[in-house]
Amino acid sequence: MTRRAVARALVHLSLIAATLVVLLPLAVVLLTSLKSSREMADGSGALAPPDDPFNVGNYVTAFQDGRMLTAFGNTAFVLFFAVGGTVVIGSMAAYAIDRFAFRMKKPVLALFLVAALVPGVTTQVATFQIVNSLGMFDSLWAPVLLYMGTDIVSIYIFLQFIRSIPVSLDEAARVEGANAFTIYRKIIFPLLRPAIATVVIVKGITVYNDFYIPFLYLPSEDLGVISTSLFRFKGPFGAHWETISAGAVLVILPTLLAFLFLQRFIYNGFTRGAVK
Amino acid sequence: MAGLTRTAPPAATAARGQVTRRPRRRWSPTPWLFLLAPLTLLIVFTYAPIANMVAYSFTDWDGVSPGLHFTGAGNYAEIFTRADLFRVFFVSGYYLAASAVQITAALYFATVLSFDVRFRAFFKGVLFFPYLINGVAIGFVFLYFFQDGGTLDSVLRLLGHHGDHAWLGTSTSANVSLAGVSVWRYTGLNFVLFLGAIQSVPGELYEAAELDGANRWQQFRHIIAPSIRPVIGLTVILAVSGSLSVFEIPYIMTGGATGTETFVIQTVKLAFQFNKTGLASAAAVVLLLIVLAVTWVQRRLIPDDPDRKAEPV
Repeated sequence: MTRRAVARALVHLSLIAATLVVLLPLAVVLLTSLKSSREMADGSGALAPPDDPFNVGNYVTAFQDGRMLTAFGNTAFVLFFAVGGTVVIGSMAAYAIDRFAFRMKKPVLALFLVAALVPGVTTQVATFQIVNSLGMFDSLWAPVLLYMGTDIVSIYIFLQFIRSIPVSLDEAARVEGANAFTIYRKIIFPLLRPAIATVVIVKGITVYNDFYIPFLYLPSEDLGVISTSLFRFKGPFGAHWETISAGAVLVILPTLLAFLFLQRFIYNGFTRGAVK
Repeated sequence: MAGLTRTAPPAATAARGQVTRRPRRRWSPTPWLFLLAPLTLLIVFTYAPIANMVAYSFTDWDGVSPGLHFTGAGNYAEIFTRADLFRVFFVSGYYLAASAVQITAALYFATVLSFDVRFRAFFKGVLFFPYLINGVAIGFVFLYFFQDGGTLDSVLRLLGHHGDHAWLGTSTSANVSLAGVSVWRYTGLNFVLFLGAIQSVPGELYEAAELDGANRWQQFRHIIAPSIRPVIGLTVILAVSGSLSVFEIPYIMTGGATGTETFVIQTVKLAFQFNKTGLASAAAVVLLLIVLAVTWVQRRLIPDDPDRKAEPV
């Protein structure tokens, strides 16, 4: 073998090893979710396949006792309003900043820029008091507003995209008598579609996965979103790993499907999102 | 930051250059109507909390009672002098070390997969997917992984290693395990960022290097490394601020027990369990200042690439 062939073999080996490291913990949880509590107790080990690969008993338990249906409902509610709000607010801010010259534009821009550097986890101590004084503690509107109000990345994505829409389009519409709001709604917003897709995907996945904000602001069990409801599995199902595993698989599955169907958008979106 | 403007079509940028915007010096309410909602939210949920937090940090407020006393810099002194409060900074060390591993691994896989490898899309997907998974689900997956007789023990037994090691049992072992989970979770993001930067290098450069007889290492050293320097700089700052603000994984997996408490877990406990809003605010202010300082240093060390000049800010 030439040196290059050896190198190539080693590279493949490392890739296969990485694949195992990533997939094995997930695969074992999938296996565990299909086992009965009797199988879990018989000491066959974590890697043993389940007796009945179509045993969905644990999933039923997770749905019924783990209140996963309520959780998915609450998550859908928060997702819908938070993502919708982010799109509207982000695109409006970008429109105002890019298409108008006004006094105080620089300070406004700086306000958004500096906010992007503030890690949300640090300020929650004080944010909590504000949310509380607005009477939104333990209400689904608290996470909705927080997700909407603290998303600077989306504004950047819109700002960047809006600059590629020729100003001549606005001018033409203005000549025909359209006002600023009509221009935004009829011309800018529809043309922002690719940016909207990116924001919806990135924001959607972030909101779906967030634990910190619902954990702080939604203590009621009825208001559990998927993260907090899954977290509550820790108590009642204590050592019932088969039920906990089923819950985890239920939470991961939508993400996997989204990833498989929207791969290209997801890669682009997250690279842009991370590098603001 | 880098690579952003690269994606903007050149035609659009050129078109923009020609447009001279009508200067509107007359005060008009229109832009403010559009900015009303975004600015209100920004001020209410970002700036007002920061201002309040700084104010609370000089008091002994408990978060509920109407009375509070001004305590000067007492809370800050407490954070830096009480050993049990200061200890959380050492826990960040584990995550910082993990970030180094993570960045190295991401760099390696990004380099390898930037060349033509069979099943490239599959490997890319597999490496990135953990980043998309819900943190609580990851926490449970790895609780089972490190569980006595769980995934890791079973794999080790398969490899002929017997022995019962309580992975989350001692402080060092638990922190290393948790930091390992964080590597598992975040390597994919770094990897995709690096890969994007590497792939923006024109292919002819590699061909030319190959013709000149450069080997893979030389190609990495002289073509890839310089082109991804800005992204690496960005990743390093994300890693530093990230390792200081770790919360989810340790909170979900151990709740901060066996010496795995991080700065944010401690702050959350101080504020919401022990009602020490003043002290927790001071802690949060310290964290905020560190993160801002790190960002500032990074901006100074790695100057913006010329591309960014086109950015609106």
